[in-house]
Amino acid sequence: MCATCGCDSNGQVSIHEVNGHDHSHEHDHAHDHHHHDHDHNRKVIDVEQDVLYQNNLLAQRNRGYFEAKNILALNLVSSPGSGKTTLLEKTLQDVKTDLSCYVIEGDQQTNNDADRIHATGTPVVQINTGKGCHLDAHMILHALQHMKPKENAVMFIENVGNLVCPAMFDLGESARVVIASVTEGDDKPLKYPDMFHSSHVCIINKIDLLPYVPFNVETFIENAKKVNPSLEFIEVSAYKGDGLNNWYNWLKQKVQQAAAV
Amino acid sequence: MHELSIVMSIIDIAAEQAKKANADVVEEIELDIGELSGIEQNAFDFAWQQAVKDSVLSHAQLIINKIPGEGLCLECNRRFPMHQLYDACPDCGQYFISIQQGKELKVKSLVVT
Repeated sequence: MCATCGCDSNGQVSIHEVNGHDHSHEHDHAHDHHHHDHDHNRKVIDVEQDVLYQNNLLAQRNRGYFEAKNILALNLVSSPGSGKTTLLEKTLQDVKTDLSCYVIEGDQQTNNDADRIHATGTPVVQINTGKGCHLDAHMILHALQHMKPKENAVMFIENVGNLVCPAMFDLGESARVVIASVTEGDDKPLKYPDMFHSSHVCIINKIDLLPYVPFNVETFIENAKKVNPSLEFIEVSAYKGDGLNNWYNWLKQKVQQAAAV
Repeated sequence: MHELSIVMSIIDIAAEQAKKANADVVEEIELDIGELSGIEQNAFDFAWQQAVKDSVLSHAQLIINKIPGEGLCLECNRRFPMHQLYDACPDCGQYFISIQQGKELKVKSLVVT
């Protein structure tokens, strides 16, 4: 797998515009062995370079792009099955008259999620990471080149379902939204602290199931605040619709803040 | 298994540096990896063994400086060793902590010939 753009072992990450043409996006990442004329002296090189430097550089480029176009970019992260796509579908249906939205979908395989988003009438690009376990800034850069979003919009980036790996990779987002569902344990924030540490808001989903599962919302929030005392919480049921207005208000408030900058 | 991506990034950095220095063998690579960096050591070692094959680092000796975590309590200014992101201040028990050290993840130096 390529480090910068997460290409799988075949050197291929695919990016598909759902509704339109498919673009397979290939990279050659030959790690060449350079044979030069040189002396054979032993030499110490002080590198002092952050391993994620390349990703962080591209993330800052994306961030500049989003800011210049006044696009609120949200990186949605969670474990698989937390209800990210359902939340997104519902959100797009409910806010599309007020906000102009775009979606980048990240999954290892299939266009299933992008098809669901496309059905809401929202422009969507699917990134298949192959064996890659997270999106990175390079993939987002390419997805944006395909998508060409208009100004004054919201860009939802649905990351690969994984509560560990995406935490380390800045995509250039304006805010990171971690989604946890009540069918998971209320100790999730302690088990996977990096993700909760790097997020700005936490959506607690599937609250309609609370009577049936041993999930204590207060314990969950207490645990998450140990990792990140400034984390905000929004409790919803994306399926039943409970609490979604709080989420939409948060979104609209963020859009206004972005516009005011 | 983001450790594989991390190792691949390290290989890219080493290859670029070796090329700049007109060298084709990296004898030694020194990394700083912080206790709170999000790197799982076993996963990293496994990824390293597999990924460096046929790369500029295939014969390089790997030296890892493990940087211990250190937090600064924003309530009472106490500095303390931090092993987890959810560690509370040992004095006042608060969680408003600024991480001073332990998030490092960098290539410190290379020895090339």
